[in-house]
Amino acid sequence: MDLTQARLLFIEEANSLLAVMESCLLEIESGDAEVAEHIDAIFRAAHTIKGSAGMFGFDPVVVFTHNVESVLDKVRSNELEMDAALINLMLDCQDHMAAMIRQLEDETVSIDLQQGAALIEQLHQYIQPQTEKAEPVKAMIHNSPAYWQLDIQYGDDVFRDGMDPLSQLNFLQTLGSIENVTALWAFPDNFDPESCYLHLKLDFASEASKQQIEDVFEFVQDSSTVVITAPQQIEQSLQNIPPSDEKLGTLLVSVGAVTERELQSALQVQQQLQQQSQKVQALGEVLVGQGAVSADAVAMALDKQKATEHKRPPDFQFLKVEARKLDELINLVGELVTAGASIDSLLQQIEHEPLQEAFGVLTGLLEQIRDGALGLRMVQVGESFSRLRRIVRDVSKELGKEIELVVSGADTELDKTMVEKLSDPLMHIVRNAVDHGIESKEMRLYKGKPAQGQLKLSACHESGSVVIEISDDGAGLNIERIRQKAIEKGIISADRELGKEEIFKLIFAPGFSTASAVTNLSGRGVGMDVVKRNIEELRGQIQIDSIPDKGTTFKIRLPLTLAIIDGFLVRIGDTHLVLPLNMVQECIEFADLHENERNYLDLRGEVLPFIKLKQLFNLKSDAKAKENIVVVQYGNHKAGLVVDQLQGELQAVIKPLSSMFKSLKGIGGYTILGSGNVGFILDIPQLVQFASTAENTACHPMS
Amino acid sequence: MDESFAKDPLSHQHFLTFVLRDECFGISISAVKEIIEYDNVTPIPLMPEFVKGVLNLRGEVVPVIDLSVRFNKAPTEIQKRTCIVILEIPFEEQTVTIGAVVDSVSEVMEINMETIEPAPTFGARIRAQFILGVVNTGDQFVILLRGERVLSVEEMTAVIENVVEK
Repeated sequence: MDLTQARLLFIEEANSLLAVMESCLLEIESGDAEVAEHIDAIFRAAHTIKGSAGMFGFDPVVVFTHNVESVLDKVRSNELEMDAALINLMLDCQDHMAAMIRQLEDETVSIDLQQGAALIEQLHQYIQPQTEKAEPVKAMIHNSPAYWQLDIQYGDDVFRDGMDPLSQLNFLQTLGSIENVTALWAFPDNFDPESCYLHLKLDFASEASKQQIEDVFEFVQDSSTVVITAPQQIEQSLQNIPPSDEKLGTLLVSVGAVTERELQSALQVQQQLQQQSQKVQALGEVLVGQGAVSADAVAMALDKQKATEHKRPPDFQFLKVEARKLDELINLVGELVTAGASIDSLLQQIEHEPLQEAFGVLTGLLEQIRDGALGLRMVQVGESFSRLRRIVRDVSKELGKEIELVVSGADTELDKTMVEKLSDPLMHIVRNAVDHGIESKEMRLYKGKPAQGQLKLSACHESGSVVIEISDDGAGLNIERIRQKAIEKGIISADRELGKEEIFKLIFAPGFSTASAVTNLSGRGVGMDVVKRNIEELRGQIQIDSIPDKGTTFKIRLPLTLAIIDGFLVRIGDTHLVLPLNMVQECIEFADLHENERNYLDLRGEVLPFIKLKQLFNLKSDAKAKENIVVVQYGNHKAGLVVDQLQGELQAVIKPLSSMFKSLKGIGGYTILGSGNVGFILDIPQLVQFASTAENTACHPMS
Repeated sequence: MDESFAKDPLSHQHFLTFVLRDECFGISISAVKEIIEYDNVTPIPLMPEFVKGVLNLRGEVVPVIDLSVRFNKAPTEIQKRTCIVILEIPFEEQTVTIGAVVDSVSEVMEINMETIEPAPTFGARIRAQFILGVVNTGDQFVILLRGERVLSVEEMTAVIENVVEK
């Protein structure tokens, strides 16, 4: 294999593993995670990085990661606790590893060797205290004592063998305390005073392991039946172990619900049964039958085993595919859809029902393939959000603020490229919110707010677009100060009257920054104009809403930018336009009674503003044609679009507008129609904005 | 032996010649992807006159430019022989496919680079920066064009932006 490519693969893999490490650490820190499971994932990530780095001979990475791994191993075996200090250290290590990986990628990146050495030093402090490796079983059992159920049916020969039940019980007491002893005896008719007829049932409180308890009765085991049932707690500890694909017996032994001996004898019984009756009895059933373990515990252990079948750790769930291959596939699917549309338009011309039906089936499959292929490009926004979690944590720590990050809708799906391009703007906004938005602790208390600030990140789907909201409960935007600053910087003239929203928009102006002190976090005034530009490049929009002392909300609305959409085709003259179907509400006939007088009409009592696309786009069409209105809705806005002819639904493959036509407002892309003609896909929100600006300029020609 | 093998590839280059308003122009064939009949060009709303529209080239949507308007002359009248020359123009480390409308295409000529005269400073009535040079083929002059400047994506974008923003 080409080594450079392998190297790239390693770097990519390492980066994604580091991301896993980071998000796991942050989740542990925030306290809403299955700690053991996450530590395993972190350990695995470090281990894989070390292994792969070793293969390539990236020794510094191997050495450093080895230290990290050693500490993690101790955490895994419960010798160390993943406390706040250790999480901090691990995050620093993760940063350092990321820096080392970056250096492999780009040799000009320099890494801080001293920092690396210091980190290793700190790691060693965790490794040094060479405590004995604790028995995993011991660790599993919790500190609070619980009752073991012991059922001891002494054999007849116990006394003859020189055993003394009492001394065994005395010895048992050294391990814990015996409660509730019930002695059962049944004397046979031919009573033999030298035989032992004792049958004891007792509750036993102890922290000892099942093995230890069993060992007490080691010498009578051959002649007697000793059944030890673990306290419920132990069985419940099954719940806490991570799902594993270990064998059932091993699983039960590992938590201490069954001892090795019980397992062996159960296995023997199982084998015997199989030989006798040619029937396989499940090991779990045998164990329950022997009274070694309760049926509940077996069920629980089986659940854990099953769980692994569905819930493999993340590194097994994904398949890495080159982005280029995926794009090619989606392009091909796009061509397929276009080809399908052109066959469809041909089929309309001939009357051949079986053919049309067969094609209908094909169309259905085609739609599924289309959706599947597009789905491949979709990722959850959560990936971006988890990066923000780190930023919020670091920035708030640096500033000494307490900030709670509330995330919702992290599973909202968005095109991969969008998610990538979104991460920078989101980072800017979040930084600003933490730095400028949320006040210092003292200030918050003074204002009567809780000391802990809150930052909310949410994502959701809303009529064909994705809406991402970032809101803080901080000081809000200071309208007067923004105005002052804008005048100072010469962005607006001093005598201009501006509405609240227009003033908010000023913070997106290039070179604008309101923070009186420029910190190294934000406040250089390069942020917000870039944010706006980035979002507009994604054909999105950003809105601000802010209430003094209540907080600020940034609302980003993005198109789904699927490569293919369900569209609604309309025609004006020779121009074909495609509207996103999910925004189309209804179609009504348009009777233009008020020629050019006003551009709104009464839609069942509601005011519906409409746009005459013919005029807006300066299109030619036959004057006599009857016009129609398509009512579209996005978010809370409703508008009518006046067109000549409605042509029905279609699947439209979106082809991005050539860079030459970027300045064209209201058109989001092209599509090739079944007829081979090119149609234009309308960007409704942009179109409405464009129309309203055009109208404003027309009404106030001097401004 | 075929003579062309012996020639230094740098000293001789192939040019596609075409006619635009009775004048003969040439463009290096390394930029030419294909030549198609003028058909099915969809106009784009609100565009300046030099943008004829877009064309579906086997699934690829290609902008079509009227060269005549680009040279500050009257728009090309669509006739039977009107063609679209599909060109690949470098832009920001990529190539952009653009169609150019011409009255008719003539032939592919091999031109000795040493015979190319510099562009006249005036008189061609075309912006001097568009012209690579002029070559005399014996019976006429051929103006060799710099494709990347005639169809400069950057410049055309700016012009379109100006028109649209108004």
